Amino acid sequence: MEIPYTIHPRPDTGVYNAKLGVWLFLASEVMLFGALFSSYVLLRVGADSWPHGYDILDWKIATFNTVVLISSSVTMVMSWASLMLKDFKKYKRYMGLTILCAFIFLAVKAFEYDTKFGHHLYPSTNTFLAIYFTITGLHGLHVIGGIIVNSYLWGPGSKMWKTQPERFANRVEVAGLYWHFVDLVWIFLFPVLYLL
Amino acid sequence: MSHQEKAAHAVTSAHQEQHTVAADHHDLGFVRKYIFSQDHKVIGLQYGITSLLFLFFGFSLMMIMRWQLAYPGEQFPWKWLADFMGQANMPDGIMLPEFYNQLGAMHGTIMVFLGVVPLAVGAFGNYVVPLQIGTIDMAFPKLNMTSYWVYFVGGVTMLVSFAMPGGAANSGWTSYAPLSVIATTGQTLWLIGMVFLITSSLLGSINFIVTIIQLRTKGLTFMRLPFFVWAQFVTSFLLLLAFPPLEAAGVLQLMDRLAGTSFFLPSGLVVSGQPLAVSGGGSPLLWQHLFWFLAHPEVYVLILPAMGIVAEVIANNTRKPLWGYKSLVYSVIFLGFMSFIVWAHHMFMTGMGTVISTFFQTTTMIISIPSVIILTALLLSLWGGSIRYTTPMLFALAFLPMFAIGGLTGLPLGLAPPDIHLHDTYYVIGHFHYVVAPGTILALFAGIYYWFPKVTGRKMNDLLGKVHFWGSLVFMNGVFMPMFIQGLAGVSRRLYDGGAQFAHAQGVLQWNEFMSTSAWLLGLAQIPFIINFFWSIKKGKKVEANHWEATTLDWACTTSPPLAHGNFKVVPEVHRGPYDYSHRGSKADFLPQNQPGEA
Amino acid sequence: MDASSPEAIKKQVRSYVMVFVALMGLTIVTVAVSTFHLSVVAAVTVALIVATIKASLVAGVFMHLISEKKLIYATLALTAIFFIMLMILPTSHQLDPIVQ
Repeated sequence: MEIPYTIHPRPDTGVYNAKLGVWLFLASEVMLFGALFSSYVLLRVGADSWPHGYDILDWKIATFNTVVLISSSVTMVMSWASLMLKDFKKYKRYMGLTILCAFIFLAVKAFEYDTKFGHHLYPSTNTFLAIYFTITGLHGLHVIGGIIVNSYLWGPGSKMWKTQPERFANRVEVAGLYWHFVDLVWIFLFPVLYLL
Repeated sequence: MSHQEKAAHAVTSAHQEQHTVAADHHDLGFVRKYIFSQDHKVIGLQYGITSLLFLFFGFSLMMIMRWQLAYPGEQFPWKWLADFMGQANMPDGIMLPEFYNQLGAMHGTIMVFLGVVPLAVGAFGNYVVPLQIGTIDMAFPKLNMTSYWVYFVGGVTMLVSFAMPGGAANSGWTSYAPLSVIATTGQTLWLIGMVFLITSSLLGSINFIVTIIQLRTKGLTFMRLPFFVWAQFVTSFLLLLAFPPLEAAGVLQLMDRLAGTSFFLPSGLVVSGQPLAVSGGGSPLLWQHLFWFLAHPEVYVLILPAMGIVAEVIANNTRKPLWGYKSLVYSVIFLGFMSFIVWAHHMFMTGMGTVISTFFQTTTMIISIPSVIILTALLLSLWGGSIRYTTPMLFALAFLPMFAIGGLTGLPLGLAPPDIHLHDTYYVIGHFHYVVAPGTILALFAGIYYWFPKVTGRKMNDLLGKVHFWGSLVFMNGVFMPMFIQGLAGVSRRLYDGGAQFAHAQGVLQWNEFMSTSAWLLGLAQIPFIINFFWSIKKGKKVEANHWEATTLDWACTTSPPLAHGNFKVVPEVHRGPYDYSHRGSKADFLPQNQPGEA
Repeated sequence: MDASSPEAIKKQVRSYVMVFVALMGLTIVTVAVSTFHLSVVAAVTVALIVATIKASLVAGVFMHLISEKKLIYATLALTAIFFIMLMILPTSHQLDPIVQ
């Protein structure tokens, strides 16, 4: 006996289980990052003085990172589209690029953090840096999570393409939704922290 | 095949798959069957056992606290127990205020997060919901298993915190900053434990929502769902969307404690005469907002499953449909929605201006309406019923007036002017305990007595059940009613001596001994329950598969336990609403939901 | 046309590429505007508008929200309401103290 609607959608709702599941998860993530953004607003509004992000942080390197992450979003959705077009080789290429971009993003982030620490700028220095490190740190953890999931789907998990192609395509779609969300958060993080 | 044909074909074959017997479940080893099980029934029982143990532990903490409150500063009479607490906590058997604070903070935390919610949602929800919607398991069995074990790790973390230097968390279950930020190590473990518990909760809520939406059996529309399922459905949305801000807050407080940040530390903070060497610029109120954003919906998480259980037991034991099913459903949905926008009624005394205060007072008054509708509908459901005073029914009936007291006493707290007098007094403690203890916990007992035969195939003993019931009801009132008196007199909460050193408390101090004695007798009253529970598993009277003659699928369509993997011999198809008792014109006393015809 | 047929997917791929170009352009815009060093209110407004447009493109096209089911929209609408409450109310409290 199988649990129904794991692969094909339920007719009246139009979704398969994991798709609904991941959107619910993303809803909870909206509330998680929302709480951090809300904290940022409250702390900034209540502060006597608040630095401009562009004075403390390196917006140029962050712009590069923004380009990298947006590109990884494109390669992610292309990897799913390749599966839908039954092109496994292309899937592997695009998924590999997605993971590579993610690593580049992390490397740049690590370099950024390291530079800050080198100038004795820590989370404890002031509330701006506190929220900067915390929110980008949490975002970075989500990037790492995405790398783990995507690497599994690129590597050992991709064996499922041979036995249950539709189920595998669903998995890639669901992982893609998560990955796009990680990109979405950065799209807001970048201007708020670096440009205001 | 076109897309529509493909979808239809998939549905048919899925149904065909469902209609076969669960014979493909090969024999799993002991570990896969009972420890790392993916079966919702096993996981439900795991949650049940673990949460009952935590409830017992949290209750024990309270019994020790009540000694101090009854006889402040006196030597504890049982040397072995005082020695077990340690010289650091109870030197020469006399409780230190610091230890009292640990007991208080952990009692609240354990009862709410490790006891009541895992029992109400993790245990009852997991076991019953798939059965009531006619499906073979939750949507994501591996995720379900993960939820339980993450909860377990969170619980262990909380327990381990007692062994830390300085003991467990001691800044209240509310962990207000800045006190919690400068508190001892136990607070760090509290925060880490909360991160685990919140993660467990999130994974579980996703599972419940997808299961209820996607896996309802054929014919089971939303308006034919048992009210218990609706309650769990709304509860899961509360958990899904309200918990993340507390997880964020937990991370921020961990940063404050471990990384030297000042999210919650204002500038110019002085501790023990020394200015704190931090950057400052933070806001203690930020913690309160993020905490209460979760903690208010959390109290509805505490009550909604209980209302669901009471609804099932009342319908079943009045032999008639619930009164106002639609009102119940719309009310519980509205209640869930409103619960997200009332939270700052816990913060009226934080220097709040009139605009924001008015907003939250208004939403708080509005939210009382659906609660009253639900209570009224349950009460009216008794009218004209053929009431069977079974043990579950006794508990369900008692829930009604007890929840009424709890709810009504909340009203002056929800309005800012009376809250000036009542905030942070024993009145508040009385209010919320009435809702959770003689409220939710009595309902959970009802649920245990009600579903015990489905799990074990045997009934719990009725005489012991009655003793348990009356003892619990009477002594719960004994513990909590006097709290309103003390609160109105102005006795503050979280005082380690119960108010003994305050002049305004002297007139009401005598209630402390009364309440403590009631608490200990309440503990004794649980003994018949514990004996009954274990004895009945092996020696209880064997009963048939639908012992309570219930209409819902969990009773009407399942076989005698132990329920096999797959739950149903033949997957049911639903043809009627959930409570078709005494159907007009029908000879039968009740029509199960899967009974065709006579719609 | 069936949503998962090769023709439909190829159409979607075209839109992915167009959105990618748009996102790059908008990134340039948001960085360029920040160099003007507008007043805080103006800077925040522009930054949030641009970010919202970018986010809508990612959500609508990459995440297929533009053609998603009612159920998903309902979940997100509910979340949006609570998100807005969470963003507005705590700071409003800070701005409205009982003693000015």
